[in-house]
Amino acid sequence: MKVWRKMARAVFLPYLKINTMSGLLNSSIARKVAMALSGIFLISFLLLHFLINFTSVVSESTFNELSHFMGTNPLIQFLMQPILILGVIFHFVMGIVLEIKNNKARQVQYKMYKGNLNSSWVSRNMIITGLVVLAFLGLHFYDFWFPEIVYKYVEFNPADTTRYFGEMVHKFESPVRTGLYVISFVLLAMHLWHGFQSSFQTIGVNNKYTPFIHKLGYTFAVVVPAGFIFIALFHHFITN
Amino acid sequence: MNLKLKIWRQKDANSKGQIVDYNITDVSPDMSFLEMLDVLNESLVEKGEEPVEFDHDCREGICGTCSLQINGEPHGPDRGVTTCQLHMRKFKDGDTIYIEPFRAKAFPVIKDLIVDRSAFDRIQQAGGYVSVNTSGNTIDANAIPINKHDADEAFDAATCIGCGACVAACKNASAMLFTSAKVSQFALLPQGQVEATERVLNMVKQMDLEGFGNCTNTGACEIECPKGISLKNIARMNREYLAASLKG
Repeated sequence: MKVWRKMARAVFLPYLKINTMSGLLNSSIARKVAMALSGIFLISFLLLHFLINFTSVVSESTFNELSHFMGTNPLIQFLMQPILILGVIFHFVMGIVLEIKNNKARQVQYKMYKGNLNSSWVSRNMIITGLVVLAFLGLHFYDFWFPEIVYKYVEFNPADTTRYFGEMVHKFESPVRTGLYVISFVLLAMHLWHGFQSSFQTIGVNNKYTPFIHKLGYTFAVVVPAGFIFIALFHHFITN
Repeated sequence: MNLKLKIWRQKDANSKGQIVDYNITDVSPDMSFLEMLDVLNESLVEKGEEPVEFDHDCREGICGTCSLQINGEPHGPDRGVTTCQLHMRKFKDGDTIYIEPFRAKAFPVIKDLIVDRSAFDRIQQAGGYVSVNTSGNTIDANAIPINKHDADEAFDAATCIGCGACVAACKNASAMLFTSAKVSQFALLPQGQVEATERVLNMVKQMDLEGFGNCTNTGACEIECPKGISLKNIARMNREYLAASLKG
């Protein structure tokens, strides 16, 4: 019991202290760090999602098994899934709050502004790439998440371990939907191009490993979205 | 060389300003940018017009007084220099040059190209100091051994002249590069440890109160900084801030 209490204190006390001492949402740095941590969390989820999806290209049965596990395991369904959804909501609400605050910090704009001379387009337009990814998430939830919730928890259909592959492939019959997926992942790649390395800078990591983190981030930003695009095109052109 | 200048003119803090066009002829490429403005002002005074007000002091790149957003960049197109060190040879005959004040809610325009940067002073006053007993028993700073690497990094941070180019360049008008330099110059030295916790908390609090934006790591500040202050300082300030918050 004592150990549990100690662990709970170790986890929650710093949070409570940040919250009371400097105000979790009243301090620019705390807001940034919260944004970065939720971003890193979403990046790790994205990698998991990618690895599972990629099995659909290789083996139908493996994809079905993994999907069934993810869709029925109570720990994933009732603990990880709500955390993930909260993470997504937090990341985009905070992103919009920061954007509004940052716009207020310069009320009179420059007549001549050349941002491309000192910074990249993607780093200055995270709100644009982020909003496109958010719109994509709406489509993605409509396509997969809501039907899945209805299937399992509204209609109480019996467990079917072989349905996942067919359901997914069916979605990629439409060229319009496949096209929207491709475009969204290009925008996600741009978001990650800046977001990956930026999140490490924000949590205070800027040392001899920083060049490696930058390269890792650029690689991740290209490979993972390109992989998702490959999966969508593969099922559109080859499986269907 | 002959140039077309598009200069922001604003009567006072409460007036609405506008861009006014001026033609200037026979500009020597060896002039500094401020000397070019001096020449313009002389001609304006001769014509009986109000000269363009702009900030300047040392004119050798160390005081941080001169500002100006020149063709969309703080301190103009050259790198690692202040406006007083910018030379007209960086421009071509016939160029159009936009000259605007640094823009940020926390840097209100006082007149023409002059902005009030006292927000930086207040951030500095909130914690950018060490309390040293000067009663006669002061220990010589050199008597405390300091690792060369830390001393160098502290010195690099201390070269910040507080000109505000970081704020002017940042799309969010964030003052994090300035504040982080002022935090870092003490955070790396033993003399700075006594007040380390309150320093970072108070300086960040003041920075937020002044209405600067939040850093989104675009890196524009580091590129435009006339002293080349590194983004490393922002990461250090974030670490210091989180550690200080946990210590409470």
